[in-house]
Amino acid sequence: MSLASACWQMLRRDLTLLARRKMDVLNPLLFGFLVALLFPLGLGPAPASLALVAPGLLWIIALLSCLWATDGVFDEDFHDGSLALILLSPQPAYFLIMARLMAHWLASGFIVALVSPVLALMLYLPSEAMGVLFLSLLLGSASLVCIGAVGAALTVNVRNGGVLLSLIVLPLYVPVIIFGSAAVQAAAQLQDSTAYLAILAAMSLLAIVLVPLAITAALRINVDAA
Amino acid sequence: MWQFFHKLGSPRWFYQISSSLLPWLGVLSAALIITATVWGLAFAPMDFKQGNSFRIIYIHVPSAFLALAGYYTMAIAGAVYLIWRMKMAEIVLRVAAPIGAVMTFLALITGAIWGKPTWGAWWVWDARITSMLVLFFLYMGVVALAGSYQRADLGSKAAAILALVGTVNIPIIYKSVDWWYSLHQPATIKFTSKPSIHPDMLWPLLLMIVGFYLLYAVLIMLHARAEIVQREQRTRWIQELAK
Amino acid sequence: MYFDSIGDLIHMAGHGVFVWSSYGITFLALLALIIYPLRKKQKLLKAIKQRSLFEQENVQHESKT
Repeated sequence: MSLASACWQMLRRDLTLLARRKMDVLNPLLFGFLVALLFPLGLGPAPASLALVAPGLLWIIALLSCLWATDGVFDEDFHDGSLALILLSPQPAYFLIMARLMAHWLASGFIVALVSPVLALMLYLPSEAMGVLFLSLLLGSASLVCIGAVGAALTVNVRNGGVLLSLIVLPLYVPVIIFGSAAVQAAAQLQDSTAYLAILAAMSLLAIVLVPLAITAALRINVDAA
Repeated sequence: MWQFFHKLGSPRWFYQISSSLLPWLGVLSAALIITATVWGLAFAPMDFKQGNSFRIIYIHVPSAFLALAGYYTMAIAGAVYLIWRMKMAEIVLRVAAPIGAVMTFLALITGAIWGKPTWGAWWVWDARITSMLVLFFLYMGVVALAGSYQRADLGSKAAAILALVGTVNIPIIYKSVDWWYSLHQPATIKFTSKPSIHPDMLWPLLLMIVGFYLLYAVLIMLHARAEIVQREQRTRWIQELAK
Repeated sequence: MYFDSIGDLIHMAGHGVFVWSSYGITFLALLALIIYPLRKKQKLLKAIKQRSLFEQENVQHESKT
């Protein structure tokens, strides 16, 4: 089997599994909406104050959504042994992992980006910033999913690893949220946000290229031991 | 050459060599730190704008330096452990994490205490303090991850990977936070204004920095020695040592 | 000395609380970092010694019976 077809198989398999488990895909999104509900409850419903914090808030909601979506991305395969097979396959695990990340991005980050205009309406984001919001989430969610997956790989065999995952991953999200929210903020103030979007794209590319190395190493540690 | 590295990895060799090095390093670092403390507290001239609380710089800056240097120490030890499976590298990795975390914590606390008389607030989200806070969480992540594994050697390997991931991220994080701060900086107050430091104020700082670095080496050695005794307790040379 | 008296050194023109608490916390933390591994090692060595004595007694006891 060629590398390309192996990756394609991986992608199809993961997407099929995710399509079957719709709640797994839906839960993080619902969670995002819940948080969008909590903030006005905490901050007050005044449009002015919500619009002020909307850029950063939307990005934080997207970030948390992606984080929760990547929790357990390797768990099931680890426990039923298919992860060992993936790592043992003649195809380099690096690309197979990349294919998996792509599948999970389509089911998490990509959907969050698609749904973000609705969240933006709930939080009174100025309409000028909607487009940039979508674009920034599209470009930035890739690094969110990738970095989250590193945490998931490191905590694959840890009981109640969810909180540990957050502790590990959130500091690494700092650059992404800084530039993501800056992009939306700039757009909301009718300024040019291309530079920020470019930086987001660069970070995502860096993550996509480097993260499968860390993930493979982390998974090997756990698989070899089990 | 390889023999040297092989020896380097042996806990017993490390224990013996640290036994002879510790007295010297300990005395030297104590001398430097005490001298710098007395000098900085009692003899250095007062800063015109900040008043006497600027003297906190003599412990804030060294601990901040070591917080960052400690993370790189931990990451390098982790890399060595992952690549060459050296026992001592694993021990240094494990031991450097809590030490570095304490240094980061001290940098944060002294920074906060310094902030109160200088800027009127206990906490200010300026670039340096924010970066230091992120670094603290990076340390805590490594400590928590290492402890969450049931097998200690696997925990060390996972922690090593995380430390390396963090190392790649640290320059990005620091630059991002720097940039973030410059973007949101309130127009009126300049928090990170850096006055050029008078040489009379600089010398105690330099002495303190060197003293702290030496102290860090001492701390690593002390903690590593305790780790070694624990891990190698079944070996003959430890049994001999115990008598 | 920069200050006129020890009292001035402690007071530091009103900033004494901040300076001394910073230095105090730092030195306490560093002291704890030094003492903790020393005590841990001491306890370990004592436990090892006791265990080896215990095992020795057992061996002697078995060789007698």
